[in-house]
Amino acid sequence: MIKLNVNGQAREVDADPATPILWVVRENLKMPGTKYGCGIAQCGACTVHLDGKPIRSCSTPVSAAEGKAITTIEGIASEDGTLHKIQQAWIEAQVPQCGYCQSGQIMAATALLEKNPQPTDAQIDAAMAGNVCRCGMYGRIRDAIKSAADIKQPSKVEA
Amino acid sequence: MGKWSRRAFIGAGVVAGGALVVGVAVRPGNPTEKLKPFVANGDGEQLINSWVKIAPDNVVTAIVPHAEMGQGAHSVLAQMLADELDADWDKVEILEAPGLPSYAGADMVREFLAPTLEVPKILEPTAQGGFLTLADMISIGVTGGSFSIRGAGQRSIRTAGAAARQMLIAAAAEKWDVPAEEITTENSMLSHKTSGQSATYGEFAAAAAEQSLPAKPPRKAVGDFKLMGKPIPRKDIPAKVDGTASFGIDVEIEGMKYAAVKAPPVVGASVEQINAETAQSMPGVLQILNMGNFVAVIADGYWQAQQALNTVEATYSEAEGGDIDHDAIFARYAAALDDAGKDGGDIETETGDAVNAIAEAAQIIKAEYKVPFLAHATMEPMNCTARVMDGQCDLWLGSQNPLGVRREVAEALGIDEDSVNLENQYLGGGFGRRSNTDVPIMAARLAKAAGYPIKMIWSREEDTTQDFYRPSATSRFEAGLDAEGNLVAWDNIHVHLFDPSEAPKINHYAIPNKLIRKIDVPMHLRFGPWRSVDHSQQAWFIESFVDEVAAETGKDPLALRRLLLADTPRHLAVLDKVAEMANWGSPLPEGHGRGIAFVPGFNSVVAQVAEVDMTGKKPRVTKVFCCTDVGFAMNPDGVIAQIESGIVYGLTAALYGEITVKDGAVQQSNFHDYEMLRINEMPEVSVALINGDHDRIGGAGEPGLPPIAPAVTNAIFAATGKRVRELPVAKYDFAGSET
Repeated sequence: MIKLNVNGQAREVDADPATPILWVVRENLKMPGTKYGCGIAQCGACTVHLDGKPIRSCSTPVSAAEGKAITTIEGIASEDGTLHKIQQAWIEAQVPQCGYCQSGQIMAATALLEKNPQPTDAQIDAAMAGNVCRCGMYGRIRDAIKSAADIKQPSKVEA
Repeated sequence: MGKWSRRAFIGAGVVAGGALVVGVAVRPGNPTEKLKPFVANGDGEQLINSWVKIAPDNVVTAIVPHAEMGQGAHSVLAQMLADELDADWDKVEILEAPGLPSYAGADMVREFLAPTLEVPKILEPTAQGGFLTLADMISIGVTGGSFSIRGAGQRSIRTAGAAARQMLIAAAAEKWDVPAEEITTENSMLSHKTSGQSATYGEFAAAAAEQSLPAKPPRKAVGDFKLMGKPIPRKDIPAKVDGTASFGIDVEIEGMKYAAVKAPPVVGASVEQINAETAQSMPGVLQILNMGNFVAVIADGYWQAQQALNTVEATYSEAEGGDIDHDAIFARYAAALDDAGKDGGDIETETGDAVNAIAEAAQIIKAEYKVPFLAHATMEPMNCTARVMDGQCDLWLGSQNPLGVRREVAEALGIDEDSVNLENQYLGGGFGRRSNTDVPIMAARLAKAAGYPIKMIWSREEDTTQDFYRPSATSRFEAGLDAEGNLVAWDNIHVHLFDPSEAPKINHYAIPNKLIRKIDVPMHLRFGPWRSVDHSQQAWFIESFVDEVAAETGKDPLALRRLLLADTPRHLAVLDKVAEMANWGSPLPEGHGRGIAFVPGFNSVVAQVAEVDMTGKKPRVTKVFCCTDVGFAMNPDGVIAQIESGIVYGLTAALYGEITVKDGAVQQSNFHDYEMLRINEMPEVSVALINGDHDRIGGAGEPGLPPIAPAVTNAIFAATGKRVRELPVAKYDFAGSET
């Protein structure tokens, strides 16, 4: 049995220690919010936090999480259900389209703001370039991060 | 609003619990005998679709007949229904229609077929043939073709909303004994001002179902819209920010095991021998199966299954195309085009006498362009959960084509279509890939063979190598110019691998002598619709060549397009708007360039200007300006989001997209060698909308894509003088270019 701390809760799973965190979270713990995209840490869809740092859970064995805290998309809202300010900004900017990459995007963005509450464009690029969005919502992701960080931005859309 | 081109019949009834259900039955107009089977579904008048349900608790459920893959169709269709119904948007729920033939998208077929009736007589056989093939493909229940809003929404759902409202009013008028005209509706409430009476829709739902059906309920005029035309936030988004949105890959059912699969690298080959000695003893492994056209490992977990599958050795049969590679494919195209010469191939459109006009031209311009195969690379890899028991098959997946899936799975299993049930999930990207039926057929066969339910997940490698690709092509052009430099002749012949061929639909330029031909070339790969389908390559060919003509004749690229579109004011308005947005003609820094492209499609009109910075190691697209006329934007922010999305999807392909073949097999496997545009390369995108034709709405999901590739390559030319004639742009080394 492997002892884990997931979203603040102690969990035990019976899994091969080499199993990537992604599959343990999805299949053993039945928390499907974290997504499989590529399996080789190239797309970011599987991003979770390990002790607050964003990692690619598809390529990190569950053994690496023992004694550390895993946070998934299911665990970033407040206990009373209030959404994280990044989630709120995501709704406000209508970021998701198909939505499949968004758990990973949001986990990468929350980790960024945790580390750097006022990121520059270059810092946003650096933190988010590992996350692919095939619906191409990069502009809205950037806007939403800035909005959550309270960074003023010019209106871009003409109508 | 739009004229009815056919008679509509309303159907209604009370379902369990006293809810009112209203649907629309559509009788086709006067289809030709040839079209009838496609639009009439057999007996002509039995297409009754239910679109709205009003429950006693006053919750209005919009029943939408299209899949949600990020395009926002669920929400916008509900928005259209709720507006006609004067429903309280906060109490509107959305239900995706079950995959049943009664929800079949005859509307969709008709939308595609209608234009064929307008083409010049001489073109009918070709054009109609093309459309019929397309219609056949999409004959039922498909989400694609940028169609949901302009089809089901405009043609059925609004009518159902308006009809339900009329019936509620009639019921209230009867009960309150007041004239129906005096009853007003707002926020799912009925009110009669003078008598001071009011009630919820829910209270009258059952009584409304007893009312006679309005034959032709009036739909709102644009000025009366409350929800339509407004940027209403989508209802699916909250679940997509907290991880609760359920995609096909997230489905869990009782007793389910996990399957990893691998098909032969050359499509069409079969699996001969497998050596699974190592896999058999790996933890969690339950079964290893040779399914003929793929190998499967079933295990307690997906990762276990995939790890075990990676150790299975397999031999495959020889298959057609197993000896071909990238260069040979393009050599085959060149040979076919050479053979076709001046009079071969199939004529797609012919005006005047292009061949003669070119022979007599003062100046001739020639160019040849090539585009590669492309994969869809949806973020959610292909997957399907299946249970086959007691002659019944249940499927869970995200599909753009639920009815096609039911039909083909039934056939594959040898059971009745009614015995196949499909529960559609959110699609983690569709882009055309999820209109194919290969994945559920595999899952259903596997579940049957296994004897218990399975969730089959494709690895990203499988997803990349076993796609239904966007075809590659070569296209050749000759233009003839008169002594004054006017474009008088256009001769285009292109390789064609997959219907529909859409070059004639895209080329709206007024050129007196125009000839467009296609030539079919056999190719062993599987092809399928890829966002914007044939527009994705033809628009690049056409818009590149028009740009070359402008350059060769010393004309401004915008000015030449304006000249060739002088008779189409709607097109000019879009061009002029984008030119204004981009400040066309204003100076740019050294090494920067600006390119324009204009592409009509899906009944919308789009023009884009891209700016590139060529001073770095590789081209950088810095800005994209886009003006789009979709006729009327039902949800302007939704349209803008779709256009933004199309631009990125198209830009990714233009810069990086290339699937190559070696020994008949696809060489790319994952995002490291099939590259995606990322946020650090995202240009600043500005989108302006024009509502140019309220009566005939166009699509939004696809038309944003086609102009971006030519806008970018034309910008590269403007900056460097170097013409990109083969995609992707990554094939070119610009490091040595003058800056």
